[in-house]
Amino acid sequence: MSKEIFIVVGAGQAGLQICTALRANGFEGRLILIGDESSLPYQRPPLSKEFLLGDLDPERLLYRKAEYFEKLDVELILDDTVEKLDASRCTVSLRSGRTLKYSKLALATGARVRALECVGSDSPDVCYIRTLADSLNLRERLQRAKSMVVVGGGFIGLEAGAMACKMGKKVSVVEGSERLMKRAISPDLSEYYLSLHREKGVDVRVGCEVSHLEQHQHGLTVVPKIGQSITADIVLVGIGVVPNSEIAESAGLECANGILVNEKCLTSDANIVAAGDCTMHQNQFLQKTLRLESIQNAVDQAKVAASSMLGGNQTYDQVPWFWSDQYDVTLQIAGVTSDYDNHVRLCGKNENSFSFLYFKGDELLGVDSINHPVMHMAARKILQRKMGDETGILKSMTVDEIAAFAKARPTVSS
Amino acid sequence: MTKVTFRQPDGVESTIEVPDGWSLMEAAMQNDINGLLAECGGGCACATCHVYVEELELSGLDEISDMEADMLECVSSERRPESRLSCQLRMSEGSKDLVVLIPESQI
Ligand SMILES: Cc1cc2nc3c(=O)[nH]c(=O)nc-3n(C[C@H](O)[C@H](O)[C@H](O)COP(=O)(O)OP(=O)(O)OC[C@H]3O[C@@H](n4cnc5c(N)ncnc54)[C@H](O)[C@@H]3O)c2cc1C
Ligand code: FES
Repeated sequence: MSKEIFIVVGAGQAGLQICTALRANGFEGRLILIGDESSLPYQRPPLSKEFLLGDLDPERLLYRKAEYFEKLDVELILDDTVEKLDASRCTVSLRSGRTLKYSKLALATGARVRALECVGSDSPDVCYIRTLADSLNLRERLQRAKSMVVVGGGFIGLEAGAMACKMGKKVSVVEGSERLMKRAISPDLSEYYLSLHREKGVDVRVGCEVSHLEQHQHGLTVVPKIGQSITADIVLVGIGVVPNSEIAESAGLECANGILVNEKCLTSDANIVAAGDCTMHQNQFLQKTLRLESIQNAVDQAKVAASSMLGGNQTYDQVPWFWSDQYDVTLQIAGVTSDYDNHVRLCGKNENSFSFLYFKGDELLGVDSINHPVMHMAARKILQRKMGDETGILKSMTVDEIAAFAKARPTVSS
Repeated sequence: MTKVTFRQPDGVESTIEVPDGWSLMEAAMQNDINGLLAECGGGCACATCHVYVEELELSGLDEISDMEADMLECVSSERRPESRLSCQLRMSEGSKDLVVLIPESQI
């Protein structure tokens, strides 16, 4: 029998993790990792954070050096794109003209930025952050710029805005909805962040939709539908991402705002798994079908996807978690809390450290922590135990009691 | 460059050179040292890059920040006086060579 060939498309966080997990689980066949960026797999979170300050060598962002891939016996094909997937023939065709046959395929194609579509948005002074190249471009421009308008009050835009503010730039933020980071955090926290950015001197406008942009010789003017225009040297757009699911869709795999996968990260084709930002997945933990864009999701799904490629039975059942750094405030999120109907605030060691615990009835849905990692880590442990209404007891506990409670019982392994 | 020796729980050692400006975690990951996960990539947000630093008090390393101290409360292996998060240990010119022990588990 000829050797098995596993191909992984997308050399990002999930793609790398799939390769690592396959070898760790004893896969001995050929393993090919294909990525369309020119860099070895690297970390994206710093791209909107300290990397923008300007002195971090891009090499520092790499997860692993080239030797790692040799050691793992992974054939790396970088700077090349999978343009077509033929699921009936089990082949992928690359931009460079090659066609490769697989016995199992993993799609870890991630997501790309949602483009701002309005008059003037094609200006070269409009920046985005998804790739290393994007962030290098922005940080170079920031060196020369005096001002920046961020379109979109989500994590990436606000993190980059905070960095630019730290660098002494005049920063404005325009957000279409009525509050910041609406998709991920509660109204109370949005309010907290609004004050934080305003205190730092950022001109934040919520409920402010962009009408169009006007290009000048130096810089751009952002013209909102209502209210005053803002002129700046750079416009940074952070209005979300779209999953890279086109090759899967054209191959006839089931997709709906992402590649549909079950709890084992299997797509509608038994030979194909998918993991990371590109998936619309059945989340056992949350009992929902959704797309998550986080390191946790990419890493945990990748492990499950690798297991499924090897015929294993692992399922994805992890507590979602996420973090964001803005100024000297670290937000850590455990769980998904959008459906909460009551919440409790707990204080940490000082006024800049606290957590919100969100409940639906007596069930803890999740915890958002501001400079309060003890509570975050405790929450992850408690949530993983899926205690349902039993978590109501947390409402009357102190932070120390909750931390002790999280430690006292072993995590039920999944 | 600072020489850092990583000792696994089973006693196996490997020594790497950490470039100035790099954190111990970054160098360990790139050199494929087992036993660190570093899930958050150095954000001091995951506590999965925990190490025990031999002779910590003589090491000349930066003090533990409040955030690191809090995260250290959450490490999965035993929290000891010599516990540190390797992503917060940045080497610089003149850093002393170090020996660090990798804990049994990170999660
Ligand atoms: C600026 C920024 C800050 C972030 N901050 C945080 C944070 O603080 N915390 C957190 O948890 N998450 C954060 N995230 C999200 C996190 O980085 C992503 O969730 C994670 O990278 C997803 O991994 P992935 O492997 O699914 O996708 P990616 O890392 O996007 O990797 C996919 C790769 O596949 C390539 N690809 C796509 N299609 C093809 C094709 N047809 N052929 C070949 N290659 C292809 C892409 O170019 C890309 O390189 C941040 C993201 C960004 C952009
Ligand atoms: S890498 Fe996450 S805390 Fe160090």
